[in-house]
Amino acid sequence: MRTPEAARVDPSPATETDPPLLTADGVTRWYGHRLGCRDVAFMLWPGEVLGIVGESGSGKTTLLDCLSGRLSPTAGHVVYRGEDGDAVDIFALPESRRRLLQRTEWGIVRQNPRDGLRMGVSAGANIGERLMAAGWRHYGDIRGSADEWLQRVEIDGDRIDDRPVTFSGGMQQRLQIARNLVTRPRLVFMDEPTGGLDVSVQARLLDLLRGLVAEFGLAAVIVTHDLAVVRLLAHRLMVMQGGAVVESGLTDQVLDDPQHPYTQLLVSSVLQA
Amino acid sequence: MSEAAAVQSTGYNFAYLDEQTKRMIRRAILKAIAVPGYQVPFASREMPLPFGWGTGGIQVTAAIIGADDRLKVIDQGADDTTNAVSIRRFFARTAGVATTTRTTDATLIQTRHRVPETPLGPHQILVYQVPIPEPLRWLEAREAETRRMHGLADYGVMHVKLYEDIAQHGRIATGYDYPVQVGQRYIMAPSPIPKFDNPKMDRCPALQLFGAGREKRIYAVPPHTPVKSLDFEDHPFSVETWSKRCSLCGAGDSYLDEVIMDDTGRRMFVCSDTDYCAERRAAGHRGEGDGA
Amino acid sequence: MYVAVKGGERAIDNAHRLLAEARRGDSQTPELSLAQIDQQLALAVDRVMTEGSVYDRELAALAIKQARGDLIEAIFLLRAYRTTLPRLAVSSPIDTGRMTVRRRISATFKDLPGGQVLGPTFDYTHRLLDFALAAGGGGTEPVATQPGDAAPAEGMPKVASLLDAEGLIEQEAPDAEDASVGDLTREPLEFPADRDLRLQNLARGDEGFLLALAYSTQRGFGRNHPFAGEIRMGEVEIEIVPPELGFPVVIGEVTLTECEMVNQFKGSKTEPPQFTRGYGLACGEAERKAMAMALVDRSLRAEELGEEATAPAQDEEFVLMHSDNVEASGFLQHLKLPHYVDFQAELVMVRQMRAQAGAAGDTTDE
Repeated sequence: MRTPEAARVDPSPATETDPPLLTADGVTRWYGHRLGCRDVAFMLWPGEVLGIVGESGSGKTTLLDCLSGRLSPTAGHVVYRGEDGDAVDIFALPESRRRLLQRTEWGIVRQNPRDGLRMGVSAGANIGERLMAAGWRHYGDIRGSADEWLQRVEIDGDRIDDRPVTFSGGMQQRLQIARNLVTRPRLVFMDEPTGGLDVSVQARLLDLLRGLVAEFGLAAVIVTHDLAVVRLLAHRLMVMQGGAVVESGLTDQVLDDPQHPYTQLLVSSVLQA
Repeated sequence: MSEAAAVQSTGYNFAYLDEQTKRMIRRAILKAIAVPGYQVPFASREMPLPFGWGTGGIQVTAAIIGADDRLKVIDQGADDTTNAVSIRRFFARTAGVATTTRTTDATLIQTRHRVPETPLGPHQILVYQVPIPEPLRWLEAREAETRRMHGLADYGVMHVKLYEDIAQHGRIATGYDYPVQVGQRYIMAPSPIPKFDNPKMDRCPALQLFGAGREKRIYAVPPHTPVKSLDFEDHPFSVETWSKRCSLCGAGDSYLDEVIMDDTGRRMFVCSDTDYCAERRAAGHRGEGDGA
Repeated sequence: MYVAVKGGERAIDNAHRLLAEARRGDSQTPELSLAQIDQQLALAVDRVMTEGSVYDRELAALAIKQARGDLIEAIFLLRAYRTTLPRLAVSSPIDTGRMTVRRRISATFKDLPGGQVLGPTFDYTHRLLDFALAAGGGGTEPVATQPGDAAPAEGMPKVASLLDAEGLIEQEAPDAEDASVGDLTREPLEFPADRDLRLQNLARGDEGFLLALAYSTQRGFGRNHPFAGEIRMGEVEIEIVPPELGFPVVIGEVTLTECEMVNQFKGSKTEPPQFTRGYGLACGEAERKAMAMALVDRSLRAEELGEEATAPAQDEEFVLMHSDNVEASGFLQHLKLPHYVDFQAELVMVRQMRAQAGAAGDTTDE
């Protein structure tokens, strides 16, 4: 396992000249007359982890849903540069292509593992589903891969035929991560991946995530209200309030020297807690 | 009997349905043939038989049957089961067509739960009665979602079911209504035929039509279309086998029904396809339980 | 020696004969006439006409007689007959505002123009078995109908229109004159369905199913705060406009029960609070059906009105796909058909799997 510092390599100037993996431009979402998020723009480079923090209702989950193609923005664009090198506006894609992206090049980790898992089928089938959707048709290979991934996420291999309902919350979340990473996605969206877990379980999960992100050079967008999560995982940080980004920058910079009053409040409330 | 005569004797149109309805159903059938395995919605009518008792098959048959057709109706492979009798009578009465129990003589065969053992030819049409046309239904209850899954060929979940079977039971534990992929595109429910019959659907020279009345869907497998039963490379699709032969005709290649003989549990096996069995016996074949 | 089961034909014939005998019952008892069913089991006739989707009292009475009083079976008979009928014309929209009203009540206003007209109702009867009826006696003396009892509705404005005048209830703009109305007996139902198709489906739907769904909303599974704005029952004229004439011609009169529910709506940031509507309509006197339909109609509008849809009664696909008792009854009862081929497949499978489980170390497939 690498140290946090080693895992958290800031994008080098060399990668800055590479084309970005994901570009958000003016992303705005209204729910009728209520604002979800407004005019969000950023670029994400390969291997980079972006944290989005804010309190509940700040629009961070709306933004994540827009970025991951599950919610159409009212205005703005989200452009993804695929494995084939082509940059595509994900909302201009036909739904079939967008779904294909979501189950191959992307991963989506939901806050509640019940939303991201099939609770009625075994752990092995949960991991194998993406492989089968990608065309794998050899049972032994699928099972072997599922077994390997269970071990990676520190779940005992003899649980492979157990249903996730028999798993603890932490195990379910690790299983969800394995299910998403088994096809080696290039970009993972995570919504409060440690939410709802108790503190010791959170620490273990964060440790695991940090290792996997580093090992596979994953790019990720992580939404959380927990500053500890982004301090550990994210290279860069966006702070949202009332649907808008109020501050962004390198994680350490933002957390150690917050400029916006809201960020200052966030940071100080964590310190007091 | 001519079409006009049939109208006169029953007070209903030839083959019961009015011509407008028949045209609507034929349009659905044509679309189904054009997109093999795709479930075409159609405005299914109430029929004088209950939903779930073959109304889909009856509507398809009524829409395509002509005065010079010879109709065979089977249920569970047999011509003489009550529901087969009831449907055959319905068409004899409303369309006045000739009926037959001989597979080779029939131009149109309506079936519930079996494909005849005798190979079908290009001059024949097989009409299946379908209770649940949606192969994904047990994995996803919502029609709006399953239609989207078909549209996007988003079928990963189908193999999840098969994977789960093998993981839990060591094999794919689906004995009937075993899902197939038609023409490398749509996943299709073959209706509750035993998987034993699935290989007969593959590249069959006869046109295969599927009618689901209550669910209001028609789908089709055009002649010579590849129909593949879903499986894994290392767990290939396979069919039921029996260690016994038919007690009446000695057939070792047909689907056998198990008949309990007495209350001590003595049992024997006989062909489910009554015509196949009778033809073999007429040709002189005998099983161990016959003529003793 | 075993002979494959034969005799399906004879068995069916015998069953039909037994059924005919059971239908008639003891021949000492006088046979029911269709007129008796029409007149004395009038509400059964109304239900069969509503769910059978054919307004014809005589045919409905025949269906009830033939079905031995099994109303769902009778509905099925009528539907199977309906499907063969040619469609000669589409009527103009009926105007229940011009109904010759026999019953009209509102639970929202104590008094209103035209007043409350109770009409023939069970509502305030004591549910005591009337043994005078058993003895063949007359029960209560029928009242001589007063000429003024059935009121032409000019003096009875609809409650919804009173609220509308104040802008308190959502606007319901009539469709364009030439707008087509869906017909799920001619086109397959697809989701999401528009309100015309939903209402058609509910009107044909099983009264018991709708009653239970409506009740579930009252108990909190998708609560929508209903008030019985108005229930009216009476006769309405049916008009068609023959293309060769170009003006409406009255072709007959039908009895209808209409229910307009008024439901609370708390409003949103842009819209002030106002009342919304749920609508129910049934053939004949079918008040329970019309009310249940109105509640379920309103429930199915949850999404349109921006409400969270969580309850069964708010789930369009769940409600519309399961409301039809002819479909439901047929599929339920098809379990009586032979399934021995499928069962054999299961039997073979289970035996093989048990054999496999028994043979330790043997992992070959089939």
